Amino acid sequence: MALRATNREAGQVTVVELGGRITLGDGSALLRKTIRGLLEDQKTKILLNLADVDYIDSSGIGELVSGYTAVKNHGGDLKLLHLTKKVRDLLQITKLYTVFDVYSDENDALGSFR
Amino acid sequence: MTTDSKHLEITLETQVESVNLAEEMCLRVAEAAGFGEDDCYRIGMSVREGVINAFHYGNQERPEKKIYLAVDITTEKMIIHVLDEGTGFTLSDVPDPLAEENLLSTSGRGIFLMRAFMDEFDVVQGRTGGAEIVMSKKLPGPGGSFPNGQGGRESAPQQGA
Repeated sequence: MALRATNREAGQVTVVELGGRITLGDGSALLRKTIRGLLEDQKTKILLNLADVDYIDSSGIGELVSGYTAVKNHGGDLKLLHLTKKVRDLLQITKLYTVFDVYSDENDALGSFR
Repeated sequence: MTTDSKHLEITLETQVESVNLAEEMCLRVAEAAGFGEDDCYRIGMSVREGVINAFHYGNQERPEKKIYLAVDITTEKMIIHVLDEGTGFTLSDVPDPLAEENLLSTSGRGIFLMRAFMDEFDVVQGRTGGAEIVMSKKLPGPGGSFPNGQGGRESAPQQGA
């Protein structure tokens, strides 16, 4: 299933609702385009809602890391919300669970941005 | 499933679409062989990563080069071969993606994932001179074991004829 991405504003935070697969090709490209577009618009507080993302491959992981680094380099924060079991397991075995701020409650996630 | 071995092979173009094609083909074989949902996910992911490796690192995304995918189902396991037309590589030269200095690397996790998700994994020099990834997963069934501790069994399909 192709990746879908829609943005909404929640205070100073942009919540990106993602659904589908973040994999080599269109999925990774859309994630990159979405994050880069937000940074161009000076939106540097980004919360990725991955509730409907059921599959990420190494290319998708790379794109998440690339986005995280790009946002940090702009002085912002990129955090993750609502991981599915497969995605959580993937981030755990790659040790990225310790890199990303991960939340299971949107209000908690929104409140964590400064 | 009979006790006969089965062999499938396909030659893939060096293009992104080949990654999905390879994954879908191997998923069908894995499902037919009786693997449960979790193992099918791990096998599918490993095939994806093997073909991505061949596409990107082996064949350098050059469209004139081919990727050779072969799948064997024996009485004991599903064996997958992914061969490229690159110059090959040595496993010990691959950086550890879990090392602190590599955690924020945007690439280099494919080999790690294949190793984590399959029971056996190796890279040898193939007949093309390129890298040949050889990986396998033990078939589910009575008495089956999963050496890496991740090959959970959701069902116990009939294995003997």
